[in-house]
Amino acid sequence: MREIFFPKRMWRPRGDLKRRYDVVIVGGGSHGLATAYYLAKHHGVKDVCILERSYIGSGASGRNTTIIRANYRTPEGAAFYRESVRLYERLSSELDFNLMFSQHGHLTLAHSDRGLVVAQERAEVNKLLGIRSEVIGPDRIRELCPELDLSDKPAYPILGALYHPPGGIIRHDAVVWAYARGADRLGVEIHPYTEVTGFERSGDRIVAVETTRGRVECGQVVSATAGWSSLVGKLAGLRLPITTHILQAFVTEPLKPFLDVIIVSSQLHVYVSQTDRGEFLIGAEIEPYTTYKSTGTLSFLEYSARHALELFPQLEKTKVLRTWTGLCDLSPDYSPILGKTEIENFHVSAGWGTYGFKAAPIVGVTLAELVATQKTPALIAPFALERFYTDTLVSELAAAAVSH
Amino acid sequence: MSFLLECPRCGSRPVDEFAYFGEVTRRPKGSASLRELTEYVYFRDNVAGVQREWWQHRTGCGEWFLAERDTRTNEVLAIHLPQPERAQAGGAE
Ligand SMILES: Cc1cc2nc3c(=O)[nH]c(=O)nc-3n(C[C@H](O)[C@H](O)[C@H](O)COP(=O)(O)OP(=O)(O)OC[C@H]3O[C@@H](n4cnc5c(N)ncnc54)[C@H](O)[C@@H]3O)c2cc1C
Ligand SMILES: [Zn+2]
Repeated sequence: MREIFFPKRMWRPRGDLKRRYDVVIVGGGSHGLATAYYLAKHHGVKDVCILERSYIGSGASGRNTTIIRANYRTPEGAAFYRESVRLYERLSSELDFNLMFSQHGHLTLAHSDRGLVVAQERAEVNKLLGIRSEVIGPDRIRELCPELDLSDKPAYPILGALYHPPGGIIRHDAVVWAYARGADRLGVEIHPYTEVTGFERSGDRIVAVETTRGRVECGQVVSATAGWSSLVGKLAGLRLPITTHILQAFVTEPLKPFLDVIIVSSQLHVYVSQTDRGEFLIGAEIEPYTTYKSTGTLSFLEYSARHALELFPQLEKTKVLRTWTGLCDLSPDYSPILGKTEIENFHVSAGWGTYGFKAAPIVGVTLAELVATQKTPALIAPFALERFYTDTLVSELAAAAVSH
Repeated sequence: MSFLLECPRCGSRPVDEFAYFGEVTRRPKGSASLRELTEYVYFRDNVAGVQREWWQHRTGCGEWFLAERDTRTNEVLAIHLPQPERAQAGGAE
């Protein structure tokens, strides 16, 4: 009974770094942790360490707006995210941790004929892959979300929506902690406050990783550093097609629950959900210029609040509680960069832009398989870095610019 | 806070008035290979530090110019108008 008053550690405190690890994972976010977990769990590869420059989950994994969905535009993308949603559906029991995943549905609003056409295209691609996704009209939208302003008063009245019933939100910190705890229990070492500062190369291989706590030799390296990918890539001698931008979000004070679904409007550059605590969670697009400075802007608050009010005028008197910012690693085609590189034992998970949290489980499963077997799983073959050398892109612009 | 950027014609203005066109890149010369072209089109240094980059005063006077900005702090260290001679010689602008 008394122990409930003492916080329990979820994973072991870090020890000294060993001289060598079979696998060194750079980045202690959802992707790095999931990869470590599945390496140990599915492949018995347990001589693994995670090196994180700050605290675990300090990157975008602890700052996102937790939208999980599979209704992407390309068959490659939709099939990939579909598998991730399936893994998320079983993840609470797999990791024995309540992740508070609530699949209440996701609505991408269309305010124009063009918007309806894009929604229709996505619905067709999705249906062929067995993903629940359909275009609905204003009457059905009103049933799902009576509080939305469906009148012709807003500047861009709502004509219809792409409805994706399995879309939902989750507790992002819990996902990070559960993967960290799961990996730790299987023997993975987690090293927070250990920054990677260089790589020692011998020809096309990395032989050792330099860190702020000394040098470690490695069999293979995985970089799962999202917004910092270009910098870590550069340390290894690898140039990437990525630019780093900030994405911001804010929450209001808690209100009585009245919004179940997630509402996204590309036309208004805004999306809205209500958290389990009752806060309205509002986000928008990235800032257009590249930056590594994680400071919010007043202009973001102004325009995203104004646009959210176009959808929910009843939030007019609601106060903003807090706002925050995270780094996003944008790729030219809004699809991830996943797997092998021209450096033989250096693999990447990058190019996640504003939409990578939903992919953590499937990234973990597929990257672990790649590291363990040296073969690229078919599901992620379209996302190889090589596509940028050969100019064979996978454009998700239509489904990922505002919808995260 | 977002930051202020200095237009060579209009002076200091909020960054939201400007359109950003990315880091200065080097166009491959002559008959480039596919790899050289895709490097040029897609790959970026994306530095955490001082970056030379293109801006346009979109909702102001419309002028295109170059800035040197520290991407870690968003401090703008210098701005200047592009120089055609240099562009021809180095191909950098
Ligand atoms: C405001 C916001 C909202 C978002 N909303 C959504 C959403 O609704 N749905 C969705 O799917 N995605 C969303 N995203 C995107 C998503 O959060 C990211 O794509 C995802 O979390 C990336 O996970 P990661 O583990 O790859 O990276 P991160 O969690 O960023 O982890 C990378 C880690 O690498 C560490 N690192 C960097 N350099 C080094 C180094 N040299 N040495 C050691 N460690 C290093 C960093 O400290 C960091 O902890 C959002 C992002 C933001 C910022
Ligand atoms: Zn001007």
